[in-house]
Amino acid sequence: MDAADLTIAEAGARLRSGDLTAVDLLVAVRRRISMTEAILHAYLTIDADGATAAAVEADAALARGEDRGPLHGIPIALKDNMVTRGIETTCSSRILAGYIPPYDATVVERLKAGGAVILGKTNLDEFAMGSSTENSAYGTTRNPWNPDRVPGGSSGGSAAVVAVGSALGAFGSDTGGSIRQPAALCGVVGMKPTYGLVSRYGLIAFASSLDQIGPIGRTVADAVTLFEAVAGHDPSDATSFRGGYPDPRVDLDKGVKGLRIGIVRELSGDGIQPGVAAAFQATVDRLAAAGAAVKEVSLPSTEFALSAYYLIAPAECSANLARFDGVRYGPRVDGDSVEAMMSATRRDGFGPEVTRRILLGTYALSAGYYDAFYGQAQKVRTLVMEDFKKAYAGVDVLVTPTSPTTAFEVGERADDPLAMYLSDICTIPSNLSGDPAVSVPVGLDEAGLPVGFQVLAPALGEAVMFRVAAEVERLSGFDIRPELASSEGAR
Amino acid sequence: MPIEIDIAKVARLARIGLTAEELVHYEQQLQVILEHAARVQALPTDGVAPTAHPLPMVNAFRPDEVEPTLDREEVLSQAPDREGPYFRVPPFLDE
Amino acid sequence: MRYETVIGIETHVELSTASKMFCGCPAGFGGDPNTSVCPVCLGLPGALPVPNERAIQWTVALGIALGCEITQHSVFHRKNYFYADLPKNYQISQFDLPLCVGGHLEVDPGSGARRIGITRVHLEEDTGKSTHLGGGGRIHDAEGALIDFNRSGIPLMEVVSEPDIRTPEEARAYAQELRAIVLALGISDARLEEGSFRFDANVSLRPEGDEVLGVKVEVKNMNSMRSLQRALAFEIDRQTALLDDGELIAQETRHWDEEAGRTQPGRSKEESSDYRYFAEPDLVPLQTNPEVVERIRAGLPELPALRRARYVTMGIEPTAAATLVAGDLANLFDATVAAGGDPRAAANWLTGEVAAHLNRTGAAPADILLDGASLAELIGMVGGGDLSATAAKEVLIGVLAGEGSPRKIATTRDLLQVSDESALGPEVDSVLTAHPDEVGRIRGGEERLVGFLVGQVMKATGGKADPRLVDRLIRERVGL
Ligand SMILES: [Mg+2]
Ligand SMILES: [Zn+2]
Repeated sequence: MDAADLTIAEAGARLRSGDLTAVDLLVAVRRRISMTEAILHAYLTIDADGATAAAVEADAALARGEDRGPLHGIPIALKDNMVTRGIETTCSSRILAGYIPPYDATVVERLKAGGAVILGKTNLDEFAMGSSTENSAYGTTRNPWNPDRVPGGSSGGSAAVVAVGSALGAFGSDTGGSIRQPAALCGVVGMKPTYGLVSRYGLIAFASSLDQIGPIGRTVADAVTLFEAVAGHDPSDATSFRGGYPDPRVDLDKGVKGLRIGIVRELSGDGIQPGVAAAFQATVDRLAAAGAAVKEVSLPSTEFALSAYYLIAPAECSANLARFDGVRYGPRVDGDSVEAMMSATRRDGFGPEVTRRILLGTYALSAGYYDAFYGQAQKVRTLVMEDFKKAYAGVDVLVTPTSPTTAFEVGERADDPLAMYLSDICTIPSNLSGDPAVSVPVGLDEAGLPVGFQVLAPALGEAVMFRVAAEVERLSGFDIRPELASSEGAR
Repeated sequence: MPIEIDIAKVARLARIGLTAEELVHYEQQLQVILEHAARVQALPTDGVAPTAHPLPMVNAFRPDEVEPTLDREEVLSQAPDREGPYFRVPPFLDE
Repeated sequence: MRYETVIGIETHVELSTASKMFCGCPAGFGGDPNTSVCPVCLGLPGALPVPNERAIQWTVALGIALGCEITQHSVFHRKNYFYADLPKNYQISQFDLPLCVGGHLEVDPGSGARRIGITRVHLEEDTGKSTHLGGGGRIHDAEGALIDFNRSGIPLMEVVSEPDIRTPEEARAYAQELRAIVLALGISDARLEEGSFRFDANVSLRPEGDEVLGVKVEVKNMNSMRSLQRALAFEIDRQTALLDDGELIAQETRHWDEEAGRTQPGRSKEESSDYRYFAEPDLVPLQTNPEVVERIRAGLPELPALRRARYVTMGIEPTAAATLVAGDLANLFDATVAAGGDPRAAANWLTGEVAAHLNRTGAAPADILLDGASLAELIGMVGGGDLSATAAKEVLIGVLAGEGSPRKIATTRDLLQVSDESALGPEVDSVLTAHPDEVGRIRGGEERLVGFLVGQVMKATGGKADPRLVDRLIRERVGL
């Protein structure tokens, strides 16, 4: 079997038994990359030398009996909005073309300390703003199951590379669904941790109060491994959670017998594509058959969550992206005054979606409109959180489809911002509440495109969330690669 | 209900130098999005406290201790324009 | 028509913490350009701020010293505006929930004590420093600007006064008293010339008796207490003249030009700024619980007002006491008294010769080579008759020049007075034998001739004899 098709758990076992070296594993994954990249365009940068050096060092360390943990020697990909010292980091934006950061994000430091082999940086919607990875200054990433379709976004590159074995695991960032939605559209597992569990230091901010870094893996177990490698308090992030959190691994095999599972009425009815609705219902039935107590619950405010999100996120991004001004880094368009230089640099450097959101956020915060828009959105946020609290009084987890649709056509929604925004309707509420959520693939629709099933839990509820996700994975038995991942598919 | 947007002022505040056509284009798109977003105003929120942050945390501090700084050359190597040890920019008015 | 002047002052104070407000870079003044920088204070992509706990405690300390209410729930906001030396193009500052609100300051410009209200004290971060090429910032002839981010992120306290100030003298007294408090707390070096203590003033005039405020003019760029007073005096005259001519006052920012001795219209465009404040999502709220406030209150040092009062009870003139405290000479005074120096003499030396020396050299009291022990020694030598007043001034100059202790200097410069009776006795006797008839006339009642004989002894001893002792010895010997 091709080493690029191993799960992290399997590869880890072989590395330790001596059946496989980190260098051989890297070679296999790079072969897979060269096989798929021409079609996918999922990587922006591949750090061949760095990865090779890390793999060699990983083998030497194991030979010395030094085991740095479950990611020791495992090839990992990073969304290109996490800074990597000495490796170009662009956020898929022209405004950071050629930017070489002088420091590593905390997640990068932790991955290196854990012996991971960092392969490279993956494509995203510019500054993580989008749901299709079409908004990239460096080209669109394609869906591994059908290159005419989008991989979802904004972490489309990270989801696509894991789907085809161009990395054994990857990290993305999730502000409104940017890990879970592409994971669903690419048929892999994607998870957004409780806000504050993973350090944001070194994550180029989109919306600070919503952003969370999270893992993308082929299996729930791999997602847990990737999550644990980076989670935990970081003094460099003032919003980093200081307490502990329940071990997400102990309950993985406990099943769902006796658990109370809530179906969110507002997010599983209208607007959900038939193929998605069918796969969702089938999974719910399997969970009930497996002994879960399934009931319907209501989150009335979620109807307004999307609107609130599209005020809060742009408002925060309008300030977060103000630092890209052509003074300290990135390209500059000259002007005869600082203001002229900044205005020209930013006009040239930002793509349409980013420009749209900066303008939207600037407007929502400006004098006279703050209360009606941003202020009101923050109150809606409170109501959404209260809805969740009420719901969790009666159930252990909530479930919804991850995305109302499977992968849509490239270009289909490009000129219709609202339609694009609607892709995130099921994922946005947990960013507003800060709660954890994970997407697990449960099957293919009639077009042969993967369907994602989302499990939501209350803050710090990762253990029960993963427990249900693992059972969903077992029950649906989804374990196929897109054809592209096999040598035939590549031709 | 149409929403009043002084798109030129917004673009100026955001330091994005858009052309007249672009201003019109973005104003139309903001109209559509804001009319949808304005739905938040329909929700009764009397007595509802705004949430700025999902974390119920307070007082995250650092001790007053000096930590290592960056290498100046590594920093300035990224500057679009520099002069000796300084970043260089076009002229601007003092505050 | 007679007008009432209404002045409010905004003071920015750089805290002398070891590290910056939101990162671990050194917070010291100056340094090699762009060396005290890191991802946070350079606004690099991905960097996050973490507040300096000491800066917050020091701001609370000033709030307590100003009698403010320390708010239990306080929040940092983003103040959004694009500026080349503001790395993130927003300043982390405070908006509607500052750390301290509603205090006051007693000031006495000489015309009697007045209470100036303090609106708020909040904490924010400083910007980088830009040096304009060519036209010193004038847009038409500048070739650009150079930016150094060492200052970026240094903790900056903003103290906002109520518009309670009525005269330039009060303004100066307010600024001096606030500075004295900051120095007493030891939270800033408050050096005006280095910009670690800066003020802007809002000035408006209104017809006496009117309640509504006149049009407000913001005056900036006053880099000394003196220029603060001068700038306000000028601005009041300017506005008075305009109003008398029935003209309107333009709401604007004006810069003080020290050389020209006038305020000039600010060069910055007057478009109304829209800062789009919102709660900084990279930080969590501050909660100052009462125990912490009490602990800080208990640790406060003696504040200027109390210190002045203490000096007065030691017999120091109130004006001298004020000069000592305002002029940063109080520590030297206390050290001198602690070393046994007479308080009044110490006050005279410090407010006289020492203050004059500081004015001449422009040195800061902390930097001079005079310590309490040597000033006490000098005072003791004069009191003990070992030094004449004139010689003592010469000795002080030596001490300030680093030539050593007063006694050493007096000896090497041969300035000691002979005040030892056994040494002077023979000199006196020889003068008396040399002037028998003067001695006779003194005995005959012409007492004024004693002075003549004292003069002779001084001459014989080359002026080194203690005149008071000589006088006594002569009187004893002629039997007066
Ligand atoms: Mg300020
Ligand atoms: Zn720094």
